[in-house]
Amino acid sequence: MNASAGRLSLWLLLTPFLLWIVLLVLVPHLQMLRVSFQVRESWDTLAWGLEQYQNFFTESYYWRTFVRTGVMSLFTTFLTLLIAFPIAWYIARLARGRAKGLLFLACLVPFWASELVRTYGWMILLRESGLFSSWLQALGWADGPVEMLYNDVAVIIGLVYNGLLFMVVPLVTTLDGMDENLVEAGYDLGGNHLTVLREVVVPWAMPGIVSGCIVVFMLTLGSYLTPILMGGKDSAWFTEQIFTQFITRFNWEQGAALGVLLLVLSSLIVWLGLKLSGQSLRKVMG
Amino acid sequence: MGIESDLFCSNLVRRFGSNAAVDHVSLDVPAGTFFSILGPSGCGKTTLLRLLAGFDRPDEGDIHIRGARMNDVPPNRRPVNMVFQHLALFPTMSVGDNIGYGLKRQKVPAAERRTRIARVLEQVGLPGMENRNPGELSGGQRQRVALARCLVLEPTLLLLDEPLGALDLKLREQMKIELKHLQKAFGTTFVYITHDQSEAMVMSDQVAVMKDGRFDQVAPPEELYREPATPFVAGFVGDNNRLTGELVAVQDGLAELRLDDGSMVRGRLGQSSPPIGERADLFIRPESLVLGGDALRPDYSALRASVTATLFDGANSRLEADSAGQTLYARLPQDGSAPRLREGAGVQLAWDPMLARVFAPGAV
Repeated sequence: MNASAGRLSLWLLLTPFLLWIVLLVLVPHLQMLRVSFQVRESWDTLAWGLEQYQNFFTESYYWRTFVRTGVMSLFTTFLTLLIAFPIAWYIARLARGRAKGLLFLACLVPFWASELVRTYGWMILLRESGLFSSWLQALGWADGPVEMLYNDVAVIIGLVYNGLLFMVVPLVTTLDGMDENLVEAGYDLGGNHLTVLREVVVPWAMPGIVSGCIVVFMLTLGSYLTPILMGGKDSAWFTEQIFTQFITRFNWEQGAALGVLLLVLSSLIVWLGLKLSGQSLRKVMG
Repeated sequence: MGIESDLFCSNLVRRFGSNAAVDHVSLDVPAGTFFSILGPSGCGKTTLLRLLAGFDRPDEGDIHIRGARMNDVPPNRRPVNMVFQHLALFPTMSVGDNIGYGLKRQKVPAAERRTRIARVLEQVGLPGMENRNPGELSGGQRQRVALARCLVLEPTLLLLDEPLGALDLKLREQMKIELKHLQKAFGTTFVYITHDQSEAMVMSDQVAVMKDGRFDQVAPPEELYREPATPFVAGFVGDNNRLTGELVAVQDGLAELRLDDGSMVRGRLGQSSPPIGERADLFIRPESLVLGGDALRPDYSALRASVTATLFDGANSRLEADSAGQTLYARLPQDGSAPRLREGAGVQLAWDPMLARVFAPGAV
């Protein structure tokens, strides 16, 4: 194979990737960035300006929802980590042979259904006429139907459930590669459960923890169905506002500005997380 | 000696299913001893070490360390530290933090911690290496860090699980000697497990030869070599020739064997002697075999053999010979007095019967 043929095959291999990056990532985002700085003066005249961004900061409903979405996403990510770590530990270190595969499959199975179906599943359990409510009544712990949907707790339950797999997988991968002797050495040199976890296991699993957290945080921040369906009217989520601007209000300029702000927020928090944990994106994403 | 020793175990048993990996093992290791447990892989030595470290519990028997019963004490509360086979240095910590980990757990203040880390690093020959990462060190240096990490805690007992296995030959020879010197310098009691008999012989004060979960013999290296108690020890420790024949007579502790080709040989009777008329094995070391006829004394036992090959290996050069279908190795003299031996040449191999051992046939 000569040099020009080699170059041709390289380009052919790169083409799908480049098309994807340019057409589906770069162009739409640049377009959105452009639209976000356009101010509509009348139905056919446009001017450049920062009006949409000013709206965001002056209209407290926008930035409050924004902060709320960020904080709740961080909390959801943290909660997912707390729940996923013991599961991953069990799958990676304690389960053997067939049990290991089955447990992994059990984590995967819910993801064969769409997010919509999974969320409805939770709604069946949590709603006023749902399973949990009727059980509570049957056990005599509640006098009437209990509404467990349409509050922040319900939203977080749904979001944690959706993120769990994406936290478990990277954690299992890193914990699987850890030498059993490291844990034993941790105990042998005088450590208790807590110190071994803090000084030996967590530092080792850090790349997995960070990559899991990044994925779950991004998914949560950008999720739309779960907060809408399980949060009800009072539980505002930032993606919902972007949707409203684009679809209901037909205000693409404002929607684009909010979209850009969401992108900036998520990038900023991921960057901060990497800095704080002393990890680099290259190390975390392998 | 006794229950107040640094390590005293009585009738330890650890079963996995119906198989006893450790089968009624008793041992007594006085303070300051370098004690080795030598055995082939699968003999239960790692299981025994894990019982001592506390990662596993014995089904029967007691472990005492300086008189205190350790059976129910978790590993982090035992005055015992372990150097793992693959060292298990914490990859996320610097050398200094690796060594400081145990001190931190003992709540040693930071300033004292620093001086103790610096001191122990100097003792193992790695001064000023605190801030290096274990990944940047050579195999021998990592070895020393693993030792320092344990020794800085001044344990009563240091367990070593074949830590030299991963090193190349040259470095292993060097570390063997260094380990022995370090043990003497620190005065800590070492319990070292290995399948490499040379490691056990060079370093130890006492060696226990382990087979199928039991100790065959516990003795200083030289006694193990010269006075093996069982055919397994005779075959496992050092090189040995084995001749199989029929026991025909016993006189003054000397046994006479008739080999399959009819030649008669003699050797001292070991502890497990077969009855007369049964099969028996005679063990004779390569260096105990004398070549040629002129040095032969009347009380020596002798055998005709034909040369198969001469194996030159410096100070360890040997002659391979065949006698009635049994292969024998004899050490070639190092003063150049060895006769030039061609392949197929006839040769007389003789030995002092007092240096040969006769046992009932056993697994080797």
